Amino acid sequence: MSATADVTTALREKFPQVTLRDSLDHPAVNLPAAEVPAALRFLRDERGFDLLADLTAVDWAEGVSPRFTVVYHLFSTAGHEYLRVAADCVNDLEPSMPSVTALWAGADWHERECYDMFGIRFDGHPDLRRILMWEGYPYYPLRKEFPLAGIETPLPDAEVAAETGTKVIAAPMAGGPFVASPGEINLTEAEPRAKDESWNEHREKPEA
Amino acid sequence: MVSSNTELAYNSKIEGEVIVSRADAVINWIRTNSMWPMPMGLACCAIELMGVGASRFDIARFGAEVMRFSPRQADCMIVAGTVTYKMASAVRRIYDQMAGPKWVIAMGACASSGGMYRSYATLQGVDRIVPVDVYVSGCPPRPEALLDALMKLQDKVKRERSAKNLLSA
Repeated sequence: MSATADVTTALREKFPQVTLRDSLDHPAVNLPAAEVPAALRFLRDERGFDLLADLTAVDWAEGVSPRFTVVYHLFSTAGHEYLRVAADCVNDLEPSMPSVTALWAGADWHERECYDMFGIRFDGHPDLRRILMWEGYPYYPLRKEFPLAGIETPLPDAEVAAETGTKVIAAPMAGGPFVASPGEINLTEAEPRAKDESWNEHREKPEA
Repeated sequence: MVSSNTELAYNSKIEGEVIVSRADAVINWIRTNSMWPMPMGLACCAIELMGVGASRFDIARFGAEVMRFSPRQADCMIVAGTVTYKMASAVRRIYDQMAGPKWVIAMGACASSGGMYRSYATLQGVDRIVPVDVYVSGCPPRPEALLDALMKLQDKVKRERSAKNLLSA
């Protein structure tokens, strides 16, 4: 534990705005977005966190501010320790974050996926395109307001769409999803259960 | 080695008597016994598809061992795996590039109906973009199931009015 305590202390000496973040496992810190490149460069060059193990984001739901948090998991291959760094995006409507592709080349595709799923723009990224969904897809699927079943949209290829008459359809789970109900005080009501959403193109979605 | 047979024309002493048959029967016999697959391997079903092609199950026994990665040379597209919406356009274009007559086997739950992927990203059945002749259940199907599907397709092809279709085309 002493080595990890050293890291957070050293980081806070260098960057006074760093705060400790609640964590059940590895040490974790919060950072302002503007200091992300400098702080991560410090951690990589001075503290031996040479591996970017993961880069992801959290959507804290509409109306919450700050809404988006980008999370970096760093690993030191020499010291065998992890560090979690989280930074809130400044703008809730058009979130953005400085890119760390200059520090780790592997951040390239992570940031593209993050952009694809959450719509967070990474400033300074060399090639910020969608990576899983197609160019022109109008939604960001991992955002909280995006329904689990999906949203009806045209196929990516207009020619094929015209030829086949097919669309991207909402596909609700039959006999599912198996989820907990948020906001329930009564635990019997809140426990995970299957919500039957077996509506489809032929059977209308029932009124809530 | 030089053959002693210098005959260029049909020789009934060597070839036997003339066989009389219907054009449909001959054409369909040719088509069913050399149905070259276009392996559209998109997920784990493709591993079973490789198993079908290998020696233990040996799809060559049914004349379909020649996997053609060029759609121009293939007769039967075997869609083996999950078709995402992003991939759907490519699958349809490859189908369009195949020379007729052409058939499609939807192998496994994902290709048949989207399978467990009730999702914003997955095409809910490949029959939404290409006409499917045979569906194979399973996740993934056993190799025997695909062989059965191929035999079912061959039965179907044997019943086609091929000569009439060729003349009216």
